[in-house]
Amino acid sequence: MNATARRRALDLLFQLLAMLILCLALGSLAALVATVWSDGADRLSWDFLTGFPSRRAEDAGIWHALAGSMFVILTTGGLAVPIGVASAIYLEEYGTRSLSARIIEFNITNLAAVPSIIYGLLGLWLFVRVMAMGRSVLAGASTLALLVLPVVILSTREALRAVPSSIRESSYALGATKWQTVWHQVLPVALPGILTGVILALSRAIGETAPLISIGALTFVAFAPDSLWSPFTVLPIQIFNWVSRPQLAFQANAAAAILVLLALLLTMNAAAIWLRDRYQKKLV
Amino acid sequence: MLRFGIAVAFATSGAACGGGNNQASQEGGEAPAVLITVDGSSTVFPIAEAVAEEFGKANPNVRTPTVGISGTGGGFQKFCSGEIDISNASRPIRPSEIEACRKAGVEYIEVPVAYDGLAVVVNPKNSWATTVTVAELKRLWSPEAQGKVMRWNQVRPSWPNRDIRLFGAGVDSGTYDYFTEATVGKEGASRGDFTSSEDDNVIVQGVASDELALGFLPLAYVEANRGRLTLVPVEDGKADNGEGPILPSAETVRNGTYQPLSRPLFVYVSRKAADRPEIQRFVEMFFSRTDLVKEVGYIELTPQIYELARVHFAARKVGTAFGEGGSQVGMTLETLLARER
Repeated sequence: MNATARRRALDLLFQLLAMLILCLALGSLAALVATVWSDGADRLSWDFLTGFPSRRAEDAGIWHALAGSMFVILTTGGLAVPIGVASAIYLEEYGTRSLSARIIEFNITNLAAVPSIIYGLLGLWLFVRVMAMGRSVLAGASTLALLVLPVVILSTREALRAVPSSIRESSYALGATKWQTVWHQVLPVALPGILTGVILALSRAIGETAPLISIGALTFVAFAPDSLWSPFTVLPIQIFNWVSRPQLAFQANAAAAILVLLALLLTMNAAAIWLRDRYQKKLV
Repeated sequence: MLRFGIAVAFATSGAACGGGNNQASQEGGEAPAVLITVDGSSTVFPIAEAVAEEFGKANPNVRTPTVGISGTGGGFQKFCSGEIDISNASRPIRPSEIEACRKAGVEYIEVPVAYDGLAVVVNPKNSWATTVTVAELKRLWSPEAQGKVMRWNQVRPSWPNRDIRLFGAGVDSGTYDYFTEATVGKEGASRGDFTSSEDDNVIVQGVASDELALGFLPLAYVEANRGRLTLVPVEDGKADNGEGPILPSAETVRNGTYQPLSRPLFVYVSRKAADRPEIQRFVEMFFSRTDLVKEVGYIELTPQIYELARVHFAARKVGTAFGEGGSQVGMTLETLLARER
């Protein structure tokens, strides 16, 4: 009896602790959103969303940075997802036993922990100078793609590994080739997991400032990027610039831009969850 | 799944093809030449941004110039490898950078655009620090002071025997470089035990909330935070540029009496780019719209200096007025520019 009571008390205690930690995490997020909202909500307007930067805080808008962020992230995804997923398929389905594959795997795990500024310096040398992309959307997206590739590869591998081997074996038993098995059986089952990894990776990329500043993304660009070769800026750089201004009115602009960035991030995540649920229902 | 995969593949290859075509068309035509690219010092950025904004409004058929912030050093690196047209600088070009430009065959025209003052600030509750001398600043900020000069009365015996808490610009900024050169005497040499931040608003916050604080800041930040900070007049011990402690103001910065904590700001224009008509119109706005300098919190040069700079630019006078020695603390621009002619 006594022992049971103690077990129950411990159980309750642990539950409370877990709740407390959850509240702490959600509470700090809520506090952040609340302060930012109170600082910047007044600045949110159609003019702010569609305007261009200005030295006058009240005239300044963020369309250039919003369009830049979206363009860069879409291009990053377009580069990182096919390469990342293909690499993961190779490592997980084809090359698991070879020494070179294991060396590659080891390196990818390490690359995931490299500070982002290092990728920026690599991007400056490789994409901006050697490959002569200049300070373009393509150079920025290529740098961010490098940055998120390890995350995409690692999460895709996890997703592929989670596919029950019975599915592969039944496919082979029916005479399918390795490629047919991967494409028609393994990938569809792994897709929800892959999508989750991709969205986490892109969510990281959209908040990155340091690598883009070091490749020479600009701060004042009074037009939205119109091609892969166009100069660009992104929301975090614009926010950083406004925060470091002496005039208080720019702090409100920064807060409003943070709200827009949060909304963009939430939209991306919501889209990913929707896609994931959709394919989960259909295929498993 | 298949359809989704194919859609992704198409989207990517479509984007790639689009990019390829664009590059081809840009290489064929003169399209990219129209864009004016500016980069460099974050101190000069607000001025360049304001001029670029006005230039964009006045020239709707030219793309508005782009302005980056890679720091004075980073800007010169890009400038001397020919990547940008104009480099913003919060100090004159350095010998190593002159050499880099020479090697790459990049010639430059030096254009002074404004003054920036550095202010020594204390908390409004501080009743004792009503003046400070450059020698005292040196004693306080030099590398040897680290861990030793920790109380106000160690700087000046008449000040109270209380802790002193120091705030200053981040060590990567031009502001820090200039402050250390002007006070300690060696660029980039200072004690390390002070609160430093690349974001000057953090320094404002720090000094405004601590009675025992002393910090240095660009003058523009003091203007924007009137009442939260108290300016300390600085005495440089030289009688020929104004006697006694001098309070920083537009007036004392411009007439050269607030020394040594005021400095000129520059843009460096590539000699090759200066032949492009849109660049000429852009640079001209730095001389004609000097009201913008004041609007973003800096101090205008005297009309004579703007006129001299305009003449120099029109004559495509390449090189620096500061010789090969880098920045010279305490020399007025007029003297330098006049000497150059």
